[in-house]
Amino acid sequence: MNSSIITIIWMLICAFLVIFMQTGFAMTETGFTRAKNAGHTMAMNMMVFVIGVLGYWICGYALQIGTKGLFLSGVDSDTSIIILFLSQVVYMNIAATIPTGAMAERWTFKSFVVYGFFIAMFVYPLYASWVWSGGWLSQLGRNFGLGHGVLDYAGSSVVHMVGGIAGLAGAIVLGPRIGKYRANGTPVAIPGHHIPMAIVGCLILFFGWFGYNAGPALADGGLRVGVIVVNTMLAGVAAAVAAMCYMWFMYGKPDLSMIANGLLGGLVAISASCAFVSPVGAVMIGLVAGVLCCASVFFVERKLKVDDPVGAVSVHGTCGAWGMIALGLFADGTYGDGLNNVSGTVKGLFYGNASQIAAQSIGVVVDIGFVFVVMYAFFKVLDRIIPMRVSEEVEFEGLDQSEVAVNAYPDFSITKTRR
Amino acid sequence: MIKIEAIIQPLKLDMVKEALNALGIARMTVTDVHGCGRQKGRVEVRHRAEYEITFMPKVKIEMAVCDAVAVKAITIIQEKAKTGKIGDGKIFITKLEDVIRIRTGEKGEVAI
Repeated sequence: MNSSIITIIWMLICAFLVIFMQTGFAMTETGFTRAKNAGHTMAMNMMVFVIGVLGYWICGYALQIGTKGLFLSGVDSDTSIIILFLSQVVYMNIAATIPTGAMAERWTFKSFVVYGFFIAMFVYPLYASWVWSGGWLSQLGRNFGLGHGVLDYAGSSVVHMVGGIAGLAGAIVLGPRIGKYRANGTPVAIPGHHIPMAIVGCLILFFGWFGYNAGPALADGGLRVGVIVVNTMLAGVAAAVAAMCYMWFMYGKPDLSMIANGLLGGLVAISASCAFVSPVGAVMIGLVAGVLCCASVFFVERKLKVDDPVGAVSVHGTCGAWGMIALGLFADGTYGDGLNNVSGTVKGLFYGNASQIAAQSIGVVVDIGFVFVVMYAFFKVLDRIIPMRVSEEVEFEGLDQSEVAVNAYPDFSITKTRR
Repeated sequence: MIKIEAIIQPLKLDMVKEALNALGIARMTVTDVHGCGRQKGRVEVRHRAEYEITFMPKVKIEMAVCDAVAVKAITIIQEKAKTGKIGDGKIFITKLEDVIRIRTGEKGEVAI
């Protein structure tokens, strides 16, 4: 077999693994929400995939890669472009899924469908083209001497921050769930209904993440795949241990749901830098991500007073931003020669190069600014046309029956009240 | 002493409980129950077919109350549990012969 076929097979395997991550998201989010909304949360996670692929096929892909690919017409004979569609569309779906967690348990399905098309057709492709398809952020290095431009190997910013920030904007527009905050503003914990389901989902995500991070490894010709998967593993477990210790020392118990979130936070953080850092660097990135994830969950809940049922803003937004900055700190100069048309390998601040972290910071600021402003405005306008929030009765009753015509658990008596 | 059994809308439980707590009544047992009455369930549509939910979810509050606050307690439950629509539930009131606190063996109103 020649190397191009091996590359194609590798891209396919990784794309299929990333598709499987959709299962992980569905289970994690549903496990962390209440039984009366389980059907609705599952429905959002399934339909965001379906809607997202179609939207990305219509114009998202064309917007991202440039001139070709509207409706994928005219490119069906070009194998590289058509396979690139598959490996890109699965990344887009991860970004589109993330806000469904932050906005769970109170979002009308109608407005959700419009959102699904909007993010897949416009928001994600624009930012992805700036970083991944030769856009202005990736050219910061060549044009302004900032390292190699904004680097994001597997999507800490392109995928996770876009999703996390969009989720933050959506959760702010929706407002907190009824009963989340007392009259004096202190938060009330609303426990998820199925922790084993959430943990299985988290482990499926862990598994899928190896395809997620290693997908681009053969496509760009380098054999960094070993480094990438080991770094992914190390950052994930380091973050889980850090989250466990943080919760143990700060709150007295190793909180399982926060350990799961910490693990995911570590994986998010290493996504940008998995090819550029040493194993020691990966562990450091993971340790910081684990603590940062927990601290961010409490910050969002208590200080920002934004209700994020599953912690998506912290896991994907905060840890994604950290992952981008961490690349500028820990990149060890063993990889990246010629990336974004800049010669020399990628070196971070700890290896004597301060310009890469400047580029990374610009990437983070642009991501937050662009996605938040666009998504906040979109949700505000959408709310005027199609109300985003379900009625109070529906929210008490649970969204399952009225929004998606199923009860997740019809044979069981479901607690509708807050206890 | 009376015993109150109130069957109310699940959504009203928090408000009823808080109002009773404000009166100084903090002892109650709460159960998820299903029942039917004049509301006669509700019809939902699924796969274009109608299916009937004949027993509606309600919450039952059971509590023993001293005579001194009995009227107040009953009034407050009725006030707070009321939406004015069919299906608000009922309050059943019975005379209570005796109450025994298991731990100490106390009897009567002191045991409530």
